[in-house]
Amino acid sequence: MSGHVAPRPGHRVSVGVHPVLRYAVRRVLAGAGTLLVLSVLVFLATSVLPGDAASAVLGRNATGPALRELRQEMGLDQPIWVQYRDWLTGLLQGDLGRSVSSYLTGSDVSVWSQVGGKLSNSLTLAALAFAVIVPVSLAGGVLVALRAGRWQDHVISTVTLVPSALPEFVLGTVLLAVFFTWLDVLPPVSLIAPGTSPLEAPDLLVLPLLTLVGVTVGAAIRMIRAGMLDALAADYVTVARLNGIAEPRVVRRYALRNALAPSIQVFALIAQYLVGGLLIVEYMFAYPGIGNELVQAVTIHDNTEVRSVTMLLAAIYVALMILADVIVLLVVPKLAEVGGSA
Amino acid sequence: MSTPQAGSEESSARAGLEDTGTPRATVLDVVGLRVELDSGTPVVEGVSLRLDRGEILGLVGESGCGKTTTALALLGFARPGTRIAGGEVFVAGEDILRLDESDRRRLRGKKVSYVPQDAGQALNPALRIGGSITDVMRRPHEASGNGVGALLTAVDLPGTAEFAARLPHRLSGGQQQRVTIAMALACEPPVVVMDEPTTGLDVITQAGVLDEVRRLRDELGTSLVYVSHDLAVVSRLADRIAVMYAGRIVEEGPTATLLARPEHPYTKGLVQSIPDHTRPSRLTAMPGTALGVEDRPQGCAFAPRCPQRSDACTERMPELSGTGHRVRCVHADRTPPIVPGPPRTARATVERGLLLTVSDLHASHRTGRDAVIAAAGVSFDLGSGECLALVGQSGSGKTTIARCLVGLHRRDGGTVALGGEPLADRVRRRTTDQRRRIQYVFQNPYESLNPRQTVGEQLARPARKLRGLSAAAARAEVGPLLEQVRLPAGIADRYPRRLSGGERQRVAIARALAAGPDVLVCDEITSALDVSVQAAILELLADLRGELGLAMLLITHDLGVVAVAADRVAVLEQGTIRESGAVEDVLHAPEHPYTARLVAAAPTIGRTDGPLAVPDTGKSQT
Repeated sequence: MSGHVAPRPGHRVSVGVHPVLRYAVRRVLAGAGTLLVLSVLVFLATSVLPGDAASAVLGRNATGPALRELRQEMGLDQPIWVQYRDWLTGLLQGDLGRSVSSYLTGSDVSVWSQVGGKLSNSLTLAALAFAVIVPVSLAGGVLVALRAGRWQDHVISTVTLVPSALPEFVLGTVLLAVFFTWLDVLPPVSLIAPGTSPLEAPDLLVLPLLTLVGVTVGAAIRMIRAGMLDALAADYVTVARLNGIAEPRVVRRYALRNALAPSIQVFALIAQYLVGGLLIVEYMFAYPGIGNELVQAVTIHDNTEVRSVTMLLAAIYVALMILADVIVLLVVPKLAEVGGSA
Repeated sequence: MSTPQAGSEESSARAGLEDTGTPRATVLDVVGLRVELDSGTPVVEGVSLRLDRGEILGLVGESGCGKTTTALALLGFARPGTRIAGGEVFVAGEDILRLDESDRRRLRGKKVSYVPQDAGQALNPALRIGGSITDVMRRPHEASGNGVGALLTAVDLPGTAEFAARLPHRLSGGQQQRVTIAMALACEPPVVVMDEPTTGLDVITQAGVLDEVRRLRDELGTSLVYVSHDLAVVSRLADRIAVMYAGRIVEEGPTATLLARPEHPYTKGLVQSIPDHTRPSRLTAMPGTALGVEDRPQGCAFAPRCPQRSDACTERMPELSGTGHRVRCVHADRTPPIVPGPPRTARATVERGLLLTVSDLHASHRTGRDAVIAAAGVSFDLGSGECLALVGQSGSGKTTIARCLVGLHRRDGGTVALGGEPLADRVRRRTTDQRRRIQYVFQNPYESLNPRQTVGEQLARPARKLRGLSAAAARAEVGPLLEQVRLPAGIADRYPRRLSGGERQRVAIARALAAGPDVLVCDEITSALDVSVQAAILELLADLRGELGLAMLLITHDLGVVAVAADRVAVLEQGTIRESGAVEDVLHAPEHPYTARLVAAAPTIGRTDGPLAVPDTGKSQT
């Protein structure tokens, strides 16, 4: 309280660049730094794993000279920092490296050609799930907050929390039992032919989607409910009501607008989960996505693919985080003026 | 006092009332209002009020008396956990309590509006202030351009588009409060309810807002219900005052007569509790404390604390009787007139040697790249047994200086010496004895006591740690310490949460005394307390000085407190002492213009005319 001077008019406005833009640039730079550190860690971690790609490729034929030859071809005989440098320069130029299958078949197979389609499958599933989760949990959270303590609150809060409390594979199994075994309306596995889009067969997507929504929505509703309750209890909401402002407007402009900032962070966490955490759901429904692909790459010791895909996912993570923070600043301009320029 | 009849033709046209003929139309009529908790326990009962056009009614009482509950009920609003259980509230001819929620909303803002206490919390942080104001107008197409600017100008804020585009956090406290007033005036309602609108502001800013409120009444003919705990503030503004105690109005009448000749013993006690810097005298505190909503007694709620109670008082609740000047007391005729307390006796001018010397103190706060100067070359000294008050507005650096003395804040330069020995910068570099000799009492007794220790444990600890007493000897100290601060010995086993604010502050003082200090630093120790509780604490401090010969440094923004408690005063502005000297000299013949503004701005019961705010020559923000 004491000792703080009120900002003078024009104090921060005089700076030419928009504060949000300045903040975004700073965050992107910091994000790049994070990714660089991560690349070292990922590279080291995959290097110290026992077994290497060469012996995995050769399998039973892994005789001394053949192994040596293949290692040389893969660049595994180089010092580790050279391997790292080559990999990183490739990444920065958009080259994810060569897949192990190159050495199996003798043709040049890039990692990207292996994972590109699967990444797009996964992102499609994640985007669809996100597009369902956001409106459902926003509407649910707001409704539940407005009816806090009444039956609507209890019903929605409890019903949505049950699937959230279950692990994905349990919820998925239950859904399978209901929609495949009993009702037989949906396919049990979601096999998608390479080169086709999952959107061409929407029924294949329903079960994975339901599982993802069920697992996340309960927690999201609770977080939004809490944010809304805080905002609804704030003085400015009471004063808005005392000033005769219509209730829908009070809810939207006064309560929800201020509850949004924490909600956006919740959605960012969900988006990150959807990008990285699809593994189990993809595995359950045999969905050809990036999570499944990553598991296979680990089993066959395709270190290049593991590293590159991990970095790709990490980059999407960081980008989502920055995006969420920038959106928060746009929604709550106060933070842009105070926090963004500190 | 200004009469509200003047210019009523014009003002009634603005207020949009039908009966223009009568000079004193009633715009607000409350009959038998009752608000209760969901459990059925009454919070406010039998409140009846009338407000005429252009009139200002002051609604006064201490915390928990039901004044805010009453204020909200005037808009047909009850806080969660309470409901309006009975009565009538006619606003511009319509009983708002008989309307359903959507019709109530129609009246709110248009016929009766509300100015909240804490403007910082009351403005939507996500909306630019122009947006907040147009929201209330409900006619955005009309209001978009001139409306907002005109309203902002009306409350003495810049009416520019740049200002309207600011977010609330870019405004000072005074500006925020003016914005909430502009919002309340947006639809030009005939009645505005203001709930402690200046309580969070410092004196000079408060004076500006009070002048503003009075000017708006004069210009727009708006009627005001002004809710406050501060009788002195209300006396500057109100035509009539209603005093509430334990959920009921106990006395109501014209400001001048009510203050000069209060008929209810509680009103009288309240008036006598207020320290007045123009007439410093020893305060007479009321005995006892107000009881909570659940524990209100049978009959007159004030009876347990009343010096003139009889059996009749406890039998049944007395009626609010009389016309013009109403009072709820069986023995109103027995209430003795106010006799000014004995004037403060001339202070011992005997030089008793310097105890604490501060010279050329520099200190600042750093937040990121910004540094705010809190002290820029401050020097003063304190003799043993002397009380020096450090006065200034919020942000003047007074608390930081006090924290430097006890070693809680790093100083950038200068020296602090106790009894000739220079003190280390930080408290952990000081010797135990140096720490013992200076003790600090914090502003907020709700935060300064450890909630997980009993009062006894908290009092024994400093005696043990700083005076080196054994555990048993320290425990034996607890009783006498509690006695010293006039608390019953039984309190020793209690936890702070079971104590009232006044009791907690006494415990905090006792904890400081437990160390056996030479200097007591009191940082706004009464500002979180009700006036009657403040009076009792100030009384206690005076007694303690007499008994123990303590030297005190009193940090305060309240000149009344200074006049009652201190020998010398130093006036602080922006980290610099502008003026210092004997209290009488500084308060009665201020030499520095800032001191003059401060003295003029301080509300007292004595004066009721003239503007409060003296124009600031070196224009700063309010």
